[in-house]
Amino acid sequence: MITIKNLKKSFNGFQVLRGVNLVIPEGKTTFIMGQSGTGKSVLLKHLVGLLSPDEGEIWFENRDLTKLNEKEWQEVRKKIGYLFQEGALFDSMTVGENVAFPLIEHAKLPENEIERKVDELLSAVGLLEAKDKYPSELSGGMRKRAALARTLALHPQVILFDEPTTGLDPILQRSILDLIMEVKNRFNLTCVIISHDVPLALHYADQIAFLHEGVIAQIGSPEEIRNSNHPFVRKFLDSALIDGAKEVSHEG
Amino acid sequence: MNLFYHLGSLFLKFLRDCGGVFIFFWQSLLATFSRPFRARLFIKHMEFIGVKSWLVVSLTALFSGMVTAYQVHHALVKFGGQSVLGGVVALTLTRELGPVLTAIMVVARAGSAITAELGSMRITEQIDALKMMAVNPIQYLITPRLWAGVITVPLLTAMANLIGIAGGYVVGVMVLGIDHGIFMARMEDMVELQDIMSGIYKSIFFGAFLVSVCGYKGYYASGGAEGVGKATTEAVVISSVGILIFDYILTTLFF
Repeated sequence: MITIKNLKKSFNGFQVLRGVNLVIPEGKTTFIMGQSGTGKSVLLKHLVGLLSPDEGEIWFENRDLTKLNEKEWQEVRKKIGYLFQEGALFDSMTVGENVAFPLIEHAKLPENEIERKVDELLSAVGLLEAKDKYPSELSGGMRKRAALARTLALHPQVILFDEPTTGLDPILQRSILDLIMEVKNRFNLTCVIISHDVPLALHYADQIAFLHEGVIAQIGSPEEIRNSNHPFVRKFLDSALIDGAKEVSHEG
Repeated sequence: MNLFYHLGSLFLKFLRDCGGVFIFFWQSLLATFSRPFRARLFIKHMEFIGVKSWLVVSLTALFSGMVTAYQVHHALVKFGGQSVLGGVVALTLTRELGPVLTAIMVVARAGSAITAELGSMRITEQIDALKMMAVNPIQYLITPRLWAGVITVPLLTAMANLIGIAGGYVVGVMVLGIDHGIFMARMEDMVELQDIMSGIYKSIFFGAFLVSVCGYKGYYASGGAEGVGKATTEAVVISSVGILIFDYILTTLFF
């Protein structure tokens, strides 16, 4: 479980996070939603120490992460994986080398064992045939899957996904989220997903948190969110759930 | 008011960059002692910074040696001192031209590439991805390059000295007609080991300096593709001008 208490962050005098309070339950899928530029990625980057807060606490495994030094963060980052929006694969390495990288760095395994694990991880995301390709040769969806395989290599307990479906067609969006759910169940993961896609969030989330004006405007189960009376959440949902979108999410 | 504001911001940026580069250098140096040791990366960067720069450094040194011989001969002949041409050419090259031109050519060829590569890694979040895999990006990306620069720039300088002197010899002996024996004898008389070593010591400093500046500018690049281009230009300009300024300071203080 991750508990965020009164998290505040400003950039050049502009306060992006104004006191975020959020509990991310273990083994569940939490969607963080909100308008573009409201600080969703900023919030996520605090959970892995890529940004430091001006104020507030982040509790994980009985430790306040905001008090950690860089060496202590390295240990935490083996437990909390982060999937970047564009994948952030190393473009000088093949897909196989990308996935092998964290294993070579940390797992201290013989070469053939690493090879076997890489094949296993790439099979889990359905990308074994692209093992020898470079990231520039992959499509957007394949890059995200390869990045997911690399993130899974260190067996994290939590994975943070920064807009995993943005820029993909609806079919690929579903297949990426199905894949995330599959690996979540298989590896017993806690998932935090930033998304703008209401139907997908309502379908896949265990809880949904809306970030608005630097605070969590509302948090609840998909059902509670669907019936929300909060003006911003209502407006967001109504803007997204037009035409058949609502029905699609129900059917799925 | 605007002028003062502009000058003040420039000065503050200069101070920030100076402090930033020094801290960056220090972090890279300290990371040398943390495991794992990156021997393979170190060799790879030695090849990139050192081996692949040999041609451009050789050509620069050859033609600098040749033109130096011409110009020095032109001055010496006015008072009949052309016999010392070998010594003057060798001193100019080993003390100044060898280390400075080598470092500037390495900045142009390898330094710019370091900034562009790291800058591109920064804007595509690959540096953050390294952090997320519990790898210290400075230890992985910068430390091997720093040591590669510190080792290969003096080696290139030694090679440039030799080739430059050979160029000076070709012009002095074969074109301008200085006697081979006199050319060599004056060189042996005038150049001491200390002269050669002063150039080599400076080049060690230049190697560390250019990797620190180019690495720093790339590592902290921002603002997309345009930002990477800007960072690369700044890295090349600051490194090149910095090498000339530090050359003067080091020569005045120590050599």
